[in-house]
Amino acid sequence: MIDLTTIFILAAFIGYFVVWGVTPALYSPLMSVSNAVSGVVVLGAVTVAGFAENPWAEACGLIAVVLAAVNIFGGFAVSARMLSMFKTREKK
Amino acid sequence: MSGLIYLTAAVLFILAIRGLSSPRSARLGNGLGIAGMTLAVVTALALVPPQRLLLIVPALTIGGIIGVISGQKVKMTALPQMIAAFNGLGGLAAVFIAAGEIADGGTRYFGSAAGLLIGALAFSGSMIAFAKLQGLLPGRPFRFALQHPLNILLGAAAFALLAAFSLWHAEWLFWALAVIALLLGFLLVLPVGGADMPIIISVLNSYSGWAAAGIGFTLGQTLLIITGTIVGASGAILAYVMTKAMNSSLLQIMTGGNTQASSRDATAGREDRTARSGNPEDAAFIMENAEKIIIVPGYGMAAAHAQHALKEMADVLRQKYHAEVRFAIHPVAGRMPGHMNVLLAEANVPYDEIYEMDDINRDFGNVDVAYVIGANDITNPLAKTDPSSPIYGMPVLEVERAKTVFFVKRSLAAGYSGVDNPLFYNDNTIMLYGDAKQVTEAIVKDLEK
Repeated sequence: MIDLTTIFILAAFIGYFVVWGVTPALYSPLMSVSNAVSGVVVLGAVTVAGFAENPWAEACGLIAVVLAAVNIFGGFAVSARMLSMFKTREKK
Repeated sequence: MSGLIYLTAAVLFILAIRGLSSPRSARLGNGLGIAGMTLAVVTALALVPPQRLLLIVPALTIGGIIGVISGQKVKMTALPQMIAAFNGLGGLAAVFIAAGEIADGGTRYFGSAAGLLIGALAFSGSMIAFAKLQGLLPGRPFRFALQHPLNILLGAAAFALLAAFSLWHAEWLFWALAVIALLLGFLLVLPVGGADMPIIISVLNSYSGWAAAGIGFTLGQTLLIITGTIVGASGAILAYVMTKAMNSSLLQIMTGGNTQASSRDATAGREDRTARSGNPEDAAFIMENAEKIIIVPGYGMAAAHAQHALKEMADVLRQKYHAEVRFAIHPVAGRMPGHMNVLLAEANVPYDEIYEMDDINRDFGNVDVAYVIGANDITNPLAKTDPSSPIYGMPVLEVERAKTVFFVKRSLAAGYSGVDNPLFYNDNTIMLYGDAKQVTEAIVKDLEK
C-alpha cells in the first residue's frame, strides 16, 4: 500500500508540472487526450473480465471494457482531428 | 516484464501530454499516447487466460468502433458535449470495474469504494452536463428549495458509507454508496449554468482521472494510478485556471450562486442611455480604413457557426486592405477550455494569429477596430470598476480602448452574468444586431466590393 501511495504522490507532482506546461491554446485537445489516456482503466476491466470467478463479475468487466474502449479510441480520434487543424500561416 | 512495459506506457502518456506544450509537438505527442496505450492493452491481453479473450476482444472491438465513429463524426461545435460524454463513460467504466471486483470477492474495499464514488459522480454529473450542452436540458441554472442542505447531507452520507464499507464490507453499503453518488452527481451539476460549463467540464474530467486512480489502488496496478492521477491533476488545473479567469470559485458555481445575486442590478441605470447601432455596410466602411483590427470571439460565434465567415473577413481585410488582423481569446470564452482556439483552427485561422488575453490586452489602446462577436461579459469594464457587480474581479479584455468597438449581438440583452454592459452605450461603440454569422458574411460581401 505504501508503494502505491508513493507512486500516487509522485505522479501527482509529475502531472502538476507537465500540465502547467500545456499551452492554453491546446486546452481542448488536452481534455480529449486525457479522456483517451484515462481509458487506461481498460486494464482493470480486462483484469476483472479475464480472471473473474463468477459470471456477474465477468459481465461487469466486459461492460467496462466496452466503455473504456470507447474512451480510448474516441479520445485519440478526436484529439488527432483537433490537432491536425492547428496550423501556422502558410508561407508564400 | 509486464511491469517494465507498463512503465514504458506511463512514460509515453506523460510525453503525450508534454507534447501539448506546443502545437508543433502536439501531433507527435498524440502518436506517443496511442503507442503507449497499444503497448499497455496488448500486454494486459497477453496476461489473460486465452479462452477469456473470446469475449474480451470483441468487447474491445465494439467499444473501439463506437469510439472511432463518434470521434470522426462529431462536429467541432459539438465538442464540449462529446468531451462531457467521454468523461461520463470513463466514470461509468470505473463503476463497473469496482462492482465487478466486489462481486468477485475482492478485498481492497477502500479502493473499490473510492473508485465507485468518484466514478459514479463523474458519470451522473457528466450526463447532466451533456444534456445541458446538447440542449436537452435548459442551460440556465436550476435551483430548488433546500438544495444546499440536501447536497451537504448527501455528501456526508457518501463519506459515511465509504468509511462504513471500508470497515464492515457489507455489500449493501456498496450499492447504497453507488445510488447516493449518482444522485449527488446529478444534483451538483444541475445548478451549473451555461457559461460556467468550462469549469464544470474540467472538474468532471478530473473526476474521471481520480476514479481511474482509485481503480488502480483496488487492483494494485501502478499504470492506472499514475495515469489516473495525471488526468486528475490535469482536470484540476484546468478548473483552477477557469475559475481564476472568472474570479469565481467551485463552491459558487456548484451552488449556482454566481447568477443569483446579479439579476437585480441587470437593469439598474440603463434607462436614459441609448446604444448606437449600425449595419454591416457601416462596419465594412470603418474596417476598410482600419490598420489594426482585433477580433474577440465568444460563445455566440460558436453557437452561430460563424468561425468560417470570420476567417474570410480576416483574409479580405488582410489581403485587400492590408490591415493587421489578430484574434484575442479570453480563457473562459465558449463552453470548454480552449473552445475558441479549436473552432478558429477548424476555420484554418493560423494559431500564431491568435493571442491569449494577457498577451494582447495592452494592445487594444493602439488598435483601430475591436470586433467583438458573440461575447459580452468577458469585455465588461464593470468587472474592473464596480465592486458590487457579480463579475467584479474577473479579468476582462479591454476592448473599449480601441478607436471603434463593434459588438455583434442578437440584442442589447445583458450577458450570461445578467450584468448590463456599459460599453454598449459608449460613443465609440457600434452595435451590429443579428446573427453572428449573417452579420459577418454581410460585412465580407461589402468588403469584397
